Formats: sequence, structure tokens, C-alpha cells
Amino acid sequence: MQEISSAIQLIPLENYVFLSVALFSIGMMGVLFRRNTIAILMCLELMFNSVNLLLTAFSAYHSDPAGQVFVFFIMIVAAAEVAVGLSIVVMMKRNVDSVDINLLNRLKW
Amino acid sequence: MVALYPYITISWLVPAFPLLGFLVTGLAKNRLKNNQAGIIASAMVSISFLISVFVFFALRASGQELVTVTLFNWISAGSLKIPFAFLIDNLSVTMMLIVTGVGALIHIYSIGYMHGDERVNSFFAQMNLFTFSMLLLVMGANYLILFIGWEGVGFCSYLLIGFWFKNPVFNYAARKAFVMNRIGDLGFILGIILLFFTFKSVSFTEVFSQAVSLHSGAPMITLITLLLLVGAVGKSAQIPLYTWLPDAMAGPTPVSALIHAATMVTAGIYMIARSGILYNLAPLTMNIMVILGLATAILAAVIGLRQNDIKKVLAYSTVSQLGYMFLALGLGAYSTAVFHLTTHAFFKALLFLGAGSIIHAMGGEQDIRKMGGLRKKMPVTYLTFLAATLAISGIPPFSGFFSKDLILSKAFENNPLLFILALGGALITCFYMFRLLYLVFFGSQRLSTAHPHESPRVMTIPLIILSILSVFGGFLNIPSLFGGKSGFSEFLSSTVRSKVTTELSFSTESGLITGSLILLIVVILLAYRTYVKKAAVPVADGVPTSFLSKTITNKFYIDEFYHAVIEKPFGFLSDFFFNKVENKILDPIVDEVGILTSKLGNLARKLQQGNMSFYFFAMVAGILLFIIFILIV
Repeated sequence: MQEISSAIQLIPLENYVFLSVALFSIGMMGVLFRRNTIAILMCLELMFNSVNLLLTAFSAYHSDPAGQVFVFFIMIVAAAEVAVGLSIVVMMKRNVDSVDINLLNRLKW
Repeated sequence: MVALYPYITISWLVPAFPLLGFLVTGLAKNRLKNNQAGIIASAMVSISFLISVFVFFALRASGQELVTVTLFNWISAGSLKIPFAFLIDNLSVTMMLIVTGVGALIHIYSIGYMHGDERVNSFFAQMNLFTFSMLLLVMGANYLILFIGWEGVGFCSYLLIGFWFKNPVFNYAARKAFVMNRIGDLGFILGIILLFFTFKSVSFTEVFSQAVSLHSGAPMITLITLLLLVGAVGKSAQIPLYTWLPDAMAGPTPVSALIHAATMVTAGIYMIARSGILYNLAPLTMNIMVILGLATAILAAVIGLRQNDIKKVLAYSTVSQLGYMFLALGLGAYSTAVFHLTTHAFFKALLFLGAGSIIHAMGGEQDIRKMGGLRKKMPVTYLTFLAATLAISGIPPFSGFFSKDLILSKAFENNPLLFILALGGALITCFYMFRLLYLVFFGSQRLSTAHPHESPRVMTIPLIILSILSVFGGFLNIPSLFGGKSGFSEFLSSTVRSKVTTELSFSTESGLITGSLILLIVVILLAYRTYVKKAAVPVADGVPTSFLSKTITNKFYIDEFYHAVIEKPFGFLSDFFFNKVENKILDPIVDEVGILTSKLGNLARKLQQGNMSFYFFAMVAGILLFIIFILIV
């Protein structure tokens, strides 16, 4: 544990922040502009993981394990979300033979 | 003797039984057959009466002046603490006995009278609720509980007067009674609020113990008593709020008996007698009461002279007798007023039930011009009605003589003029009552289609019991002139603080009695000569008569006057507010608010297209804007 922490600390904190901002922005852009539902789900995962990376980095720099505990929580939530999300995609494929997100606007009231 | 005193707390059962009866007959009104509801209701009130008798003896045995039975804490807010409590003292026990006793007889009578009516079960439920409300009224230990009962009897009277609600005239009468009572109730509740404001309590005992320290004629106390008087005037049908009572006979006859004799109209008298300590401090209010009472007594008696509906005559005689009670109250003779209330409850219940028996026999006919010769056909009704007539006219030794004579002598003690006016009213009473008696029972039958017959026993037995009470009820309070001890007044004296006046000397008193007796007999003979010897029958409607008699027949046009001066302008104002203000101004404004909202909603609806990407975009844009906002500020 101690070695991992010190390994993380070899790279300056700013670099982690820049990387995760970049990942987060890529993810967000993907969510906003892609139409393929699977791609959107993947972008969502990307956003999750950018946040995880940031949490881990800060946790290591502050020697506070709480941040890493959060990461585990987020992973569990993400896993559940993927399970639900992918099953929605499967149902979409079966019903309308497409995974285009814009087809979902038919669900409105 | 067994110590009865600890058991006095069961007095809460007295109002509980009629309430139970109301719930049972009211909830099961679709299941009860034939006379079941009537029997249940009568049994409940009779049980209440037996408990009242027990409470009476328990109170005597206890040797205490008053017992407070607290059921639970009702209102507790800051300095305002009002327990739900009953006050048992000589006055409330007297009233309990009258209400349950006379009430029970009327209930039993109703079994016969209401037999076959399609809504008979509702009728008995409402009668029981009426009795319950009245018991709450007379037993409450503070003004607020009294007020619950006060409103309760007002509401029940509305239901019962309009019992045959399919007739719009009856419905109108019910509404009239309700609205007129409401005017009085407004004054009454204002009086209670002022009482609380002044004494920081509405409990009888606390208010009265504090009031003793006030000086006579204090403006606050005058205002309070005047406001309470407004309530009593409404409920006890005095000028100017008396017109509802004669119309109240629209209800079934037993209801009239209950309203006029045992409950409702006696509420005002009871309330003032109860608040006697306050009234003693307000000479102005007392004088107003004397004037109101006397004016009502005479006006109503004069109107009664020309009425041809048997129940209307009796209704006006009630108004007139209530006027006498107010006169007695105004003179500070509270126990006398309560005594007259008691005897009046006996003979007026008897008169109304007798009238019911006659109407029943005549097949619903109420016009005395069409009756006549019923003496042979209905001997029991005749004899009991005769007893009641003698009692109300004040012929010794019937009960009315003792109570009315006491009021007259109190009037004489204060002012001989009052005595003369009151005696005049009594003579008129005597005349119209004998006019009624002669027209109904003597002469020949004038309506050939009717086949009068004596009423069933369930109706005649209450009549007989009431006639015994009417005949002997006066012996409760034999004045010292006849060697009695004024037992009733003594009994009440611990509770009701009557004003002490100089007693008349025996010679004056016996002179007054002899004088008034001679006049009464002259009046009876006059009535006999007119309606039996000459067999005169009052003229039919529509026949032109002199201006004076026309005015009296039309009740001095008081109803028309109220209609023109109050009802019409009020209706006009309501129309104006409805058609102009409500429909033209308020409604459009309210509508406009609704239309605006739905227009905005239409606008916002455009955002909800169901386009997922747009939602994401809006969310991200919002978050970004938020971050920028935080960074800048």
C-alpha cells in the first residue's frame, strides 16, 4: 500500500487533474453528441473513471484512505448502472431494431 | 340511608342516554321497523329522567349547594382552560327534571302521533338529539358548553320545524327560525367573548365569584348583559325576534310541544336566571327586560285574539307567557320566572299535545272555525285541555295561578302600572284561551267530512299525566298568603340570587287576587256569551272587517314589515353582489389567473420534446452556467 502511494506520488498532482479533466470532457462530449446508445454508455463509464482517477490521486497525496473507499462505491454503482443500461439497450434492439438514442423520444408522454 | 352523594357523578349519563338514542335510531334508521325507533327514543329519555330524579335526591342528600362533574379537559391554551364539566345544582336539576320529564312524555306521545310517517325513525333521532342538546345546555358548567347546547337546539329545531320539508312553506319557516336564532346567537357569543375578556374565565362559578366585587352599573357589565340578552331574546322569542316561534308550528305537533314547553324557548330564561348575579349589577338591562317582556306579553296576547289556527293561537300564547317570564326576570325575581317556566312547561306541553290529539282526530284540520262539538267525541282530550286552559288563564288552584300571580304581585311591588298592564295581558290570555276552548269543544261540529274520535292510549296517557302536573304543579310553591312556604323559590334560592323586595302585605295581596279573579271570571263569561250562547264563529278569510281587527288578524304586519325592511333590501344587495360584483368582476379575475397559468404551461411544454441529447445538453449547460456564476461572483 505504501509503495503504491509513493508510486502515485512520483507524478505531480496537476498531471492527474489535467488527465481526468480531459477524460471527463471527452466523456461528456461523447454523451452529448453520440447517437449510439452503447457509445453513450461507454462515455458515461469514461466520466466515472475520470472521477475515480482524481479521487485516487487526491487520496494518495493526502494519505487519506477515504477517497479510495469512495472509488469502490462508485465502481459498484457503475457496475449496476451498466447492467441496467445494457439491458435497456438489448430491449431497444429487440423492439425497434436500432440503438439510436433519438428513438427514445417516443417514450415521452 | 345509603350515602347517595358519591354516585352523583353519574349525572353525565343524563345527556348520554339521549345521545345514545340518537346514534342508535339515527344510524339504524333504515332497519328499524314500525314503532321500534319511538320505543328506543322514549326509553332513553325516560331513563334520563329516572337518573335525573336520582341526581335530585343525591344532591339533596349531599347537603351541598353545587357539585361540579368534570369529564375531561376540553380546551387548554395559555390562560384559557375550559374543562368539559357539568354543574349540578338546584337550578340545573330543576331544568333537567323538566326537560327529561316533559320530554319523555312528548316522546311517548309521538309514538302514537307519528305512527305511519315514512321518516318516523329520523324524527325520533332528531328528537333525541334535541333533548341531548338541551340537557347539555342546562347542565354545562361554563358558558361555552351552554353555547354548544344553545347551537344544538337551534340546529335541531331547524331540522324538526322543517321535518316535512317537501312543503316549501315549512322549509321557509325552518330557515326563518334558524336565521332569527342566528341573530341572537351572534349577540350571545359576543357576550361570552366579552365575559372571557373581562373575567379571564367562562366558568359560571369563577365568573360569578369575581362579579360580586364589581360595582353596580359598570359599563362593561351592562354591555355583557345586553349582549347575552340579545341571545336570550332570539332564543326565547321576544320582541323584536319573536316572529320565528309562531311559524315554528310548521313542524309536527309534538315538536311544537317540545320547542314551546320543555326545550329551546326556555333556554333564554334559564341562561338569564343562571347569570342572575351579573344581571343584578346591570339595572339598565333589567329595565330593558321589563319593557321587552311586558310589550311582548301584551302584543302576542292581542295577536292571539284573532288567530284561527289552533296551533297559532297556542304559539302566540307561548310568546306571551315568555314575555311574563322576561318581566319576572327583569324585576329580578329569577326564581319566580323559573317557577312560571316550570308550570308553563306542564300546561303548554299539555295544550300542544291536546291540540295534536285534536288535529289527529280531525284528520289534519287545524282551523278552529271548522271544529266544534268535540267535547262528546273526545272526552279525555277535552278534560285535559280544559285543565290546561284553566291553568294558563290563572284560575286557582291550577298551577298557572300560582306562578302568574307571583309575577303579578312582583310587578305590583315595583310599580302598580306594571301590574295593571300585566293583568291586562293575563285577561286577554284568558279570553283567547277560552275562545279556543269554546270554539273547539262546544257548539256543533262544523266540518261534516271529519269523523273525530278519541286518540289511542299511547297519546292520552301522557295527556293525563301532564294534566295532573298542570293541576297540581302550582302546589310546589304555595305563597305564605295561603299558609305555604314558597318551597320552590326556597329550593332555588341557594343558586339563583333573586333581588330582595319588600313583600306585599296579606291584605293587599288578597285584594289583588280577588280583583283579578273577578275580572278573569267576567272575561270567561264574556267569551262564553260570545262563542257558546251566540255561537259566533270568527269570520272567514277575505271577508272585509274593520281596520283594527284586520291589523290584528295580520299580526300587526310585523312579518310584512320585516320582509320589506330587512329581507327585501338584503335580497337586493345579494343580487347586486352576485350579478354585478361576483359575475362581472371577481369571476373574470379568477378565470384570468387560470388562463395565464395554462398559457405558460403551453410554452414550457415545448421544452419537453423527449429528445435525450437535448436534455443532456441542457443539464451540462446549466451546470456550466452555475460554475461560471460561482467563479465570477
